[in-house]
Amino acid sequence: MMLAIKEAASDMSPYVRKTAAHAIPKLYSLDPEQKDQLIEVIEKLLADKTTLVAGSVVMAFEEVCPERIDLIHKNYRKLCNLLIDVEEWGQVVIINMLTRYARTQFLNPNINECLLEEGGEKAFYGSDEDDEAKEEENAEVSPMAKRKPYVMDPDHRLLLRNTKPLLQSRNAAVVMAVAQLYFHLAPKAEVGVIAKALVRLMRSHSEVQYVVLQNVATMSIKRRGMFEPYLKSFYIRSTDPTQIKVLKLEVLTNLASETNISTILREFQTYIKSMDKDFVAATIQAIGRCATNIGEVRDTCLNGLVQLLSNRDELVVAESVVVIKKLLQMQPEQHSEIIKHMAKLTDNIQVPMARASILWLIGEYCEHVPKIAPDVLRKMAKTFTNEEDIVKLQIINLAAKLYLTNSKQTKLLTQYVLNLAKYDQNYDIRDRARFIRQLIVPMEKGGALSKYAKKLFLALKPAPVLESPFKDRDHFQLGSLSHLLNAKTGGYQELPDWPDVAPDPSVRNVELEEVFPTSEGRIGLLGDWREVIKLLERVTTLTRVPEWTKCSSRDKRKDKKVEKPFYSDSDGESGPTESADSGSDSASGSESGGSSSSSEEESGSGSESEESEEESDSEEEEQKKKRKKIVQRKMKPPASESAASEESCGEDQKILQKPKEIRSESDEEDESQSESSESESESEPESESEAEVKKKKKVSVPNLPSKQTRKTTVEKKEMSLLDLDDFEPTTSQVTPVNNVLSNSLVTDLEGLSLTDTMMSSATVTTASSLKMYELLHRIKGEGLAVEYCFSRQPFGSDSHMIAVQLHFTNNTTSEVKALRVEEPKLQSGMRMKEFPEIDVLPPSGSVTVVMGIDFSDSTQTANFQLCTHTRKFFVSIQPPVGELMMPVFMTENEFKKEQGKLMGMNELSEKLVLGAMCQNDHTIVQRVTSAANVSRVPCGSDKECRFAGKTMTSGSLVLVTVVTKADEGTVQLTVNCEKMVIGTMLVKDILQALNQ
Amino acid sequence: MIHSLFLINSAADIFLEKHWKSVISRSVCDYFFEAQEKAGDPDNVPPVIRTPHHYLINIYRDKIFFVSVIQTEVPPLFVIEFLHRVAETLQDYFGECSESVIKDNVVIVYELLEEMLDNGFPLATESNILKELIKPPTILRSMVNTITGSSNVGETLPTGQLSTVPWRRAGVKYTNNEAYFDVIEEIDAIIDKSGATVCAEIQGVIDACVKLTGMPDLTLSFMNPRLLDDVSFHPCVRFKRWESERVLSFIPPDGNFRLMSYHVSAQNLVAIPIYVKQNISFFESGSSGRLDITVGPKQTMGKPVEGLVVSIHMPKVVLSVSLTASQGTQKYDAVTKVLVWDIGKLNQQKLPNLKGSLSLQSGAPKPEENPSLNIDLKIQQLAISGVKVSRLDMYGEKYKPFKGVKYITKAGKFQVRT
Repeated sequence: MMLAIKEAASDMSPYVRKTAAHAIPKLYSLDPEQKDQLIEVIEKLLADKTTLVAGSVVMAFEEVCPERIDLIHKNYRKLCNLLIDVEEWGQVVIINMLTRYARTQFLNPNINECLLEEGGEKAFYGSDEDDEAKEEENAEVSPMAKRKPYVMDPDHRLLLRNTKPLLQSRNAAVVMAVAQLYFHLAPKAEVGVIAKALVRLMRSHSEVQYVVLQNVATMSIKRRGMFEPYLKSFYIRSTDPTQIKVLKLEVLTNLASETNISTILREFQTYIKSMDKDFVAATIQAIGRCATNIGEVRDTCLNGLVQLLSNRDELVVAESVVVIKKLLQMQPEQHSEIIKHMAKLTDNIQVPMARASILWLIGEYCEHVPKIAPDVLRKMAKTFTNEEDIVKLQIINLAAKLYLTNSKQTKLLTQYVLNLAKYDQNYDIRDRARFIRQLIVPMEKGGALSKYAKKLFLALKPAPVLESPFKDRDHFQLGSLSHLLNAKTGGYQELPDWPDVAPDPSVRNVELEEVFPTSEGRIGLLGDWREVIKLLERVTTLTRVPEWTKCSSRDKRKDKKVEKPFYSDSDGESGPTESADSGSDSASGSESGGSSSSSEEESGSGSESEESEEESDSEEEEQKKKRKKIVQRKMKPPASESAASEESCGEDQKILQKPKEIRSESDEEDESQSESSESESESEPESESEAEVKKKKKVSVPNLPSKQTRKTTVEKKEMSLLDLDDFEPTTSQVTPVNNVLSNSLVTDLEGLSLTDTMMSSATVTTASSLKMYELLHRIKGEGLAVEYCFSRQPFGSDSHMIAVQLHFTNNTTSEVKALRVEEPKLQSGMRMKEFPEIDVLPPSGSVTVVMGIDFSDSTQTANFQLCTHTRKFFVSIQPPVGELMMPVFMTENEFKKEQGKLMGMNELSEKLVLGAMCQNDHTIVQRVTSAANVSRVPCGSDKECRFAGKTMTSGSLVLVTVVTKADEGTVQLTVNCEKMVIGTMLVKDILQALNQ
Repeated sequence: MIHSLFLINSAADIFLEKHWKSVISRSVCDYFFEAQEKAGDPDNVPPVIRTPHHYLINIYRDKIFFVSVIQTEVPPLFVIEFLHRVAETLQDYFGECSESVIKDNVVIVYELLEEMLDNGFPLATESNILKELIKPPTILRSMVNTITGSSNVGETLPTGQLSTVPWRRAGVKYTNNEAYFDVIEEIDAIIDKSGATVCAEIQGVIDACVKLTGMPDLTLSFMNPRLLDDVSFHPCVRFKRWESERVLSFIPPDGNFRLMSYHVSAQNLVAIPIYVKQNISFFESGSSGRLDITVGPKQTMGKPVEGLVVSIHMPKVVLSVSLTASQGTQKYDAVTKVLVWDIGKLNQQKLPNLKGSLSLQSGAPKPEENPSLNIDLKIQQLAISGVKVSRLDMYGEKYKPFKGVKYITKAGKFQVRT
């Protein structure tokens, strides 16, 4: 057997090698002694470069030697790159294995965030053991971490990047595998992308739904923000199976927070009326948990539950009693009425658990109900013999407590109860009775404990913490059977903890010699091309394949060098992706990434693509560093005018970006990321480095004594922005506040600009860009005038929305009430977030509100009705094309690279003669930025001004270049944009602005 | 990985078993029967059951329980997804997946299971590959096989398995080249008592039936791809093209397949095609109740609403109903307590109405909750989200195919609370 496997493992046909891999676990189960030899075969097969084999061999690896993580090192990058083309079942196995691998090899990406958030985080998510563990870990590493910010290993990034497209797989198991990989490995800000895919899976078969919900329940405890936008997808239908209902309920409860609790409670109210009694019981429990977690609604919940006590169904009542008991324990003083009410219920309720709960409650708080308690005991003593064990125990308990507090009335009763208990059938009860009698009834001898009896029985008991049963489940790898059962199953591999210090990353380096022979390599799945040729000779039917690949490669219109790079480059990468993406590769043909990374890769360098992967990542880091340098450089006193304007541009940029970044950090969901391309997420520096930048800023600023005033403004600005974000929830209701404040900030800065030349152009652009448009004329609006402008502030959490600032002025002599938006008539794809209703606008008063509109990258008008308490006005907002974008910060190199990709049809250029006024580039910058919401790209030459932005909805880049030709007095304007319509319109607008 | 598979019908008979490793006694299914009894409703059987030595992962499909036995750690979704794939393959082969069909074709079923799983690990699950390995049954072939005693299993290894497009078999030939795409959208919604939408979203799928000669390379583009919020694709779709250009570029499998499924985000306003006016009440005394339901069109985009069915799960105490429907037929099943009102096409002029009284079990307390209505409907030639296919291009082959796109909107989990 062994021989056969060995031979098959070196067979030329990948299919044979695949079956050899399948044979390995079979042989292993028959004869475990052969393990060492089998590992050799596995090692050999792991080095195989075909997608066909990869899945099977990793499966064999997992079955035979999952502990031999060292075998993976050399194949790690290859596996990552092949992943997308492996068959679905193999993908699942590989992803699960790589999750474990990454846990042993890379550093925790969230380590710095834990540091930053420390206390706040903990309070927010409740006491989390894991967090504590992390903090302990932090305590050890923190000195190091503070000095050196976390830099993600390029291999770690590679894994995350290459698995992300698999979230779109049709196979639920693959999606789940990627989701757990992101949950366990990704930085907090990036985990959000998986939520959408998981919510999609919930539409699938009920079994899939069941498993996914189990995992979502665990995730939602740790990362609540991730699923909050999808709250409604967890609403329960009466037709759902009970087990699904209960799980959804669990998720809803985990998602409950101060902001959404009212909606959730309203939902719960409908659930309580359900016919499915198990589900109702679970709902009552859920309400109890919401009440303990969110203080504000505790009383509301309690009242609701008390009402349920009069429900006809005994189960419902019993469940409510149990929950109320837990809630009352938190603040018993105020609720003696409820306790009395419950005491009355003892006559009716028969469910033992509920009876026991009531008795415990009365015993515990007998001082609050001094009259009723002995009476209850009297009744109970009568029925003692017929009660369930659990109730009997509580009766004894009650008796003991009453004896201690009110022995005059209850002495005899207690004696009677204890006597009954003494002869009970249950030994537990007999024991308890004996114990209590010794304890509370004073004896002549002994009784040493009896003086402590009061302390023992009436000690203050801590209120119970109602917890999710899914808490702490995340120490199991999500998606695994063990996680589902909450118990370790046979063959489960523990998910290791992050290492404190990353092991040597160089073990994953593959030597060039090894790369080369393969790099001349494979066509598609067929393995070595030398093999292929032989195969082709034999299997005539296969000739179709290369033919096809040729014809599909015709798709690469720009790529004339079809054949050569095709055969020479595709090593290490997911070369075989001709099937999946050969046609799509707009970059340079040589990069067949298999991931969404191509946009950020440097083009070219065919043969050593593995290296280039790495390079590009280190390049990222470099770029970050560069950025930092830029910021630092900016802090130095400006030498020339142009440097000043450049700086202010950057500064402006920072101001605009900061709120967004902070939010993405605190919300832990990065919506924009899921939609927009990778390049965008790259443009947002990671929060750690951001923090670092801030730090450096602060450090470098005091070095410049002349800029003292400015330093304070910078700090003030930062602080206030942070504050704003602290209380900026996802609902739009508070957003206006944010906006007004940030506007006032702008004016603050404007005032300062008089003293500080550096700030001047930035503030001017911001101010001048606030061009007011008329929405409703005061004649037509019967005294109500509305103007609007595009504030260019980010709108709420939705990155696609363009913030439109509306300014209402009431010119009449009476109040205008209930101003609101009604019946928006939007073109398809457009969305609108109305401003909160304005209750009253006093005569000659004015008010500013903000609404968000997603124009979905078109200049179509958004039509809607503006209603007052008396009239309705039809109004419409049409955005100038320049407002459909937001600034993107990029370096000159990036700009040129992106521009190179947008040539041909996507490039529009125009020449014009500038008037005398417009000669210096300061004016040009100002005019361009007023016409379009783009940001300046710092560049060396003062003849050229570059600007970059991207469209709000689709995130396509908009690049603007203005080149001045001083000798001719002309200006060359170039716009590169993937969307030609936008490009054309933008050229027109900018020309107009420049010609003014 | 997957150890064994048992197929169990609703009468709790094990009618097929298959073991990939060693034989596991049927008695392991007793744990399953126990859980099934406890759950009552087949939907409520927990998908994963723990037994002392094994774990049972099961799915319920087409009135058959597929129970798989596993021994070691394996992602449960992996098994569930595979079992569904088995059911789909059977359906694909025999047109339906039912006990009688499986019993009739028991040989082919075993052959299929043998190919799909090797030592518990999935081997060939792509229907195109399987069909080359094991020919689907036809009358002629089964006749020949009976006479000659040969089997269905192909002699050669399917070439597709080795190619870059494992989902497509080589050498496909058709005289009529055609490609049809069905855009099917389902509205999932919860409407509350007052008619306000509690939540609504649209789930869509594009099912394709492609019968094209050779190796065509298709490109399908949408008028408004931005609508699609979240998508999942058949493996044939080139993900990068979608990322960059929002077009579906793919070499299709042969025959029927699901090209993509998508989700239209809940933030977009979802047009709810109909409204329901309902009034269901139970009287405290006299053990009776009243029911009055009217259905009317709301946002139908000018298309007729067809196949309208309202079904209501009545509370247990409802013994019988006496109702009159102004249109369609109504039926009450006193055992399952389900009232089904089959309206058919929605008449815009005269709105369909169902009215009458319910009689309750005497002496029983009146039900606290009104039952919610589940609605089923169909609108032809309309994708309610507004998704539209703009064009389909074919590269790589010379002939001109016949192309067609069909839109259907259906109600998914559409529920009206009362």
